[in-house]
Amino acid sequence: MKRFFDNELEAFRSHLILMGEKAIDQVRLSLRALVEANISLADQVIAGDDELDQLEVKMDDEAIQYMNLRSPIATELRLIIVGMKASHDLERVGDEASNIAKRAVKLAAEPQLKPYVDIPRMAEIAIEMLREALDCFLSGDPERAVAVIRRDEEVDQLNKQLYRELSSFMIERPGTISRALELMFISKSIERIADHATNIAEEMVFLSQARDIRHVEELKKAKADQAKA
Amino acid sequence: MVTTTPVMPASESLDPSAPPRPAANQRLFDSIPMRATPVTPARTVIDIQNLDFFYGAKQALFDVNLALEEKRVTAFIGPSGCGKSTLLRCLNRMNDLIDGTRIARGSIEIRGIDIHRRDVDPIELRKRVGMVFQKSNPFPKSIYENIVYGLRLQGVRDKTRLDEVVERSLKGAALWDEVKDRLHESGLGLSGGQQQRLCIARAIAVEPEVILMDEPCSALDPIATAKIEELIHDLKRDYTIVIVTHSMQQAARVSDKTAFFYMGKLVEYNDTRTIFMHPANAQTEAYVSGRFG
Repeated sequence: MKRFFDNELEAFRSHLILMGEKAIDQVRLSLRALVEANISLADQVIAGDDELDQLEVKMDDEAIQYMNLRSPIATELRLIIVGMKASHDLERVGDEASNIAKRAVKLAAEPQLKPYVDIPRMAEIAIEMLREALDCFLSGDPERAVAVIRRDEEVDQLNKQLYRELSSFMIERPGTISRALELMFISKSIERIADHATNIAEEMVFLSQARDIRHVEELKKAKADQAKA
Repeated sequence: MVTTTPVMPASESLDPSAPPRPAANQRLFDSIPMRATPVTPARTVIDIQNLDFFYGAKQALFDVNLALEEKRVTAFIGPSGCGKSTLLRCLNRMNDLIDGTRIARGSIEIRGIDIHRRDVDPIELRKRVGMVFQKSNPFPKSIYENIVYGLRLQGVRDKTRLDEVVERSLKGAALWDEVKDRLHESGLGLSGGQQQRLCIARAIAVEPEVILMDEPCSALDPIATAKIEELIHDLKRDYTIVIVTHSMQQAARVSDKTAFFYMGKLVEYNDTRTIFMHPANAQTEAYVSGRFG
């Protein structure tokens, strides 16, 4: 039976999907701005962050109103709670994309320090993780969430590797310090984006399974095994 | 047997928009607890087994199996005509008073004794299993006489004893402070909420083990409802309570266990927290979310 307020829930769901698509676009564009040293593209990303901020506020409003007026229960209540948390994660993803774009503007003014290989690779994994977490929301399939969570370790490792590499650049050639630092921050931003994707994946498991898989030993072990392999 | 959770296959779901329940990475997830602290199981007071019940030729209950736990509040929920009130009324043989009713199969045991055994006196049974109805029904007598009615029937004459019971019962029903100065005025002069509490006081005066409540708040305003709910919460210290309610919020607030019925069948029985947070059955979820019924 369809209820007269089901469209409110549908709107809330579609706003989350919209935020997810928008956040992924922002990350992708910020990376392109970096790699192509494209300042106007970077500016476009920085300006576009506002849209994600507004969507987060809108989703909060919708969630609070729905909880107040519609007494959601079970899956519906989890959808509202998870939607609020995931929209917050996506808003943070947007902030990180905006940070990357700002640093891309600074880096564009100087010669490129090194060929960009690891950073785009990290970003590609982070974007895939975000995409997979969103697909998990659409399909309601928690198995896909586990795949996202496991990939987080790959991004962490790449971030550490880049940190070491950039540290030795700075030691050997102090003239590279400012550019190396910008790249380190960008790497850290991507690592944070992957963390947000992980959070969203965990939230999707809670949505479909009513189980809280955060900080659970079995999953930590699965992640550690992944790192070893 | 402490809990039974007969669950209809999800394929029987009536509601196509009910959320899908995908096969999960169960090996990984099973060890992770669901988000609901389980209610500690208690002793079974009433054990219903394989119950089939008929009104004439019309079957109203189909193979109901349910173990009601001691000093817990169990809520029966489900759409009108699902059999929840019928089952409630089976528990103290109130249906005996309706012509053409019969139990075709199965049994109801209270503390191991089949309530339909030939030597079980229904009047005695109803003393142990009291009932409060949807519409408050005080006798057209004084507040005092309403409370002692059952005891007088039992032949109790001792004034001191009767006074004690009146005070204890009214205090137990959270009504004493409001009526202690007018015990000999008519019970019909009380407000709706007070009348309902008077009926609860009358039910507990004979010290039953179980109190059955058939939509006890449906005719009451939110304040009177809150008082009755508060009372139900207090009463479960001493009594086993079964409540039929159409208010999902009420079931969620006051009960420890919830049984969901649909078309005469028990669809799901579990801890209330589980029923409202993550029911196993898609039909249950559709009902508690107001998607059908």
